[in-house]
Amino acid sequence: MAVYKRSYKSYAGELTNPRTRFLILPKYSYERLFASRFLTGFLVASCFLPLGCVGYIYIVNNLGMFAAMGMPAPEFLKIDGSFFLFFLNFQGALAYILTTLIGPNLIAPDLANNALPTYFSRPFSRTEYVTGKMSVLMILLSLITWVPGLLLFTMQASQAGWDWTWANLYIPRAIFLGSMAWILLLSLLAVALSAWVKWKVVAGALILGVFGIGAGLAAMINSVLVTDLGAMVDLSRIMYTIWSSQFGQETATGLEPFEAWIGFFGVCTVCLLLLERKIRPKEIVK
Amino acid sequence: MSSVIQLQGLTVQLGKRTILNNLTIDLKGRTIGLLGPNGAGKSTLINTLLGFYAPAAGSAHVFGHEVRAEMRKVRSLIGYMPENDSFVADMSAVTYVRMMGELSGLPAETALERAHECLFYVGLGEARYRKLGTYSLGMKQLAKLAQAIVHGPRLVILDEPTNGLDPPARRRMLRMIQEMKAQGEMHIVLCSHLLRDVEDTCEEVVILKQGSIVHHANLDEERRANRRFVEIETVGDEEGFAAALEALGAECANAGKGRWKMVLPPEFAMRELYRVASVNDLELRRINYRKDTLEDIFLKAMERNA
Repeated sequence: MAVYKRSYKSYAGELTNPRTRFLILPKYSYERLFASRFLTGFLVASCFLPLGCVGYIYIVNNLGMFAAMGMPAPEFLKIDGSFFLFFLNFQGALAYILTTLIGPNLIAPDLANNALPTYFSRPFSRTEYVTGKMSVLMILLSLITWVPGLLLFTMQASQAGWDWTWANLYIPRAIFLGSMAWILLLSLLAVALSAWVKWKVVAGALILGVFGIGAGLAAMINSVLVTDLGAMVDLSRIMYTIWSSQFGQETATGLEPFEAWIGFFGVCTVCLLLLERKIRPKEIVK
Repeated sequence: MSSVIQLQGLTVQLGKRTILNNLTIDLKGRTIGLLGPNGAGKSTLINTLLGFYAPAAGSAHVFGHEVRAEMRKVRSLIGYMPENDSFVADMSAVTYVRMMGELSGLPAETALERAHECLFYVGLGEARYRKLGTYSLGMKQLAKLAQAIVHGPRLVILDEPTNGLDPPARRRMLRMIQEMKAQGEMHIVLCSHLLRDVEDTCEEVVILKQGSIVHHANLDEERRANRRFVEIETVGDEEGFAAALEALGAECANAGKGRWKMVLPPEFAMRELYRVASVNDLELRRINYRKDTLEDIFLKAMERNA
């Protein structure tokens, strides 16, 4: 029907699969997000390190070119777990910055404009809503963390051969698990904090400050209770411990890996509880 | 006629307060008015039908589907226009309505087509690419209506659709509701505290007070019933005229100075009135078919349950 004909007709056609309907939210979010040149530029900038790593891997696997140039091959050039840990640390920091830029725009505007009743009056649940909003971040952060990380590993494996690959099979698992833990934490923090404060400027400040607040709180707990367990609320230390343990590296964070995982799941649980309380079609005034 | 909304002992509690108390009713009309003073529980009932609040007791069915057990099914059958502002300010109307269509299960291309159609239908065709945050209050109401009908629901719930509208915008909104009713494609629940809006658009009305149903009426039937209530003003032989009408089954009461109030029997043909007046050589100065307005019905219901 031509749109200029002012009449209404009901719909009796096919419906989409309810299981994938949460992906509608990222689609519309990306339309809005990529209207910003700054964000696009930032994402392009996030590819610089992976591209540099590609060059590095090529050099490390072609040391013969130093001899061809009459130069000795530098001994520090090697690819192992610490190389990928550095990669993950750097890209993880970029993921954090990206979260502070995008995160506050996800849920806070919906809450500020009271849009939730129109979402939830449809066959669309609160879980799907939160999953949809989180997947906006999870997809983007994946593109700058574990996806390039695994591509680099694949490239290194293809260059270095089977022996190296067999000896370093823990690396892809560590890249994926470490990245996903970080992405999950950032996404949950972003949506929970923006749902909590409803105002995107404050939400951005909170996401930026939550790591500092955690570190301060950890120091306070440690000094008051004369313990090291305060580190379990310090998000930076939690994540660094998890990453290092995945890559088999020693750390001096004061946390055992299992303590870090407990802290990690504790923070995730708090975020989920916050979301459960705040993401409702109607606020119940008791 | 099949049931649109069926409540069976529905009780809703928020915290320790009972907001809806043991509601039992079967609504079958094409347009159903939900009336009541502020705090009567109208919005709570709507929110319960949408599955936002869980009943403490009893059940609610929409087109035969239990709202808690078959929440997705029920929500796919309903379009909801909330009372307050409810949109994403930095989205254009067409993007917003399209997204809502897709969330209801429409394929992307269909949702886009229907978003354009619905925005034209509600009269926002020329403004559909403007951001919702720049809309006037009346335009926001229309945009909310568009998102409520984009997926072709069988039941549209309109919560105070004329709230805050100026008279022309209010007339436009009511005309739209009447058109939707006339097209016969969907059922409409109109929740309002404005009696005139409900009277103009609805054929069935439920009046709530303090969480209970105090009146349920078919407005068309009430109107028909009350057409027999007549006020006349006469000059001439009043007593003979009254006696003749009473002989035909009318109840007459003299209000003085030639004014009479009469309740005519259902089979009474109005031409009999003129014939009797002529026979009695009576001059009919004024005749008024007085109907109970919805306001009368509402006030009576409120008084009965005071």
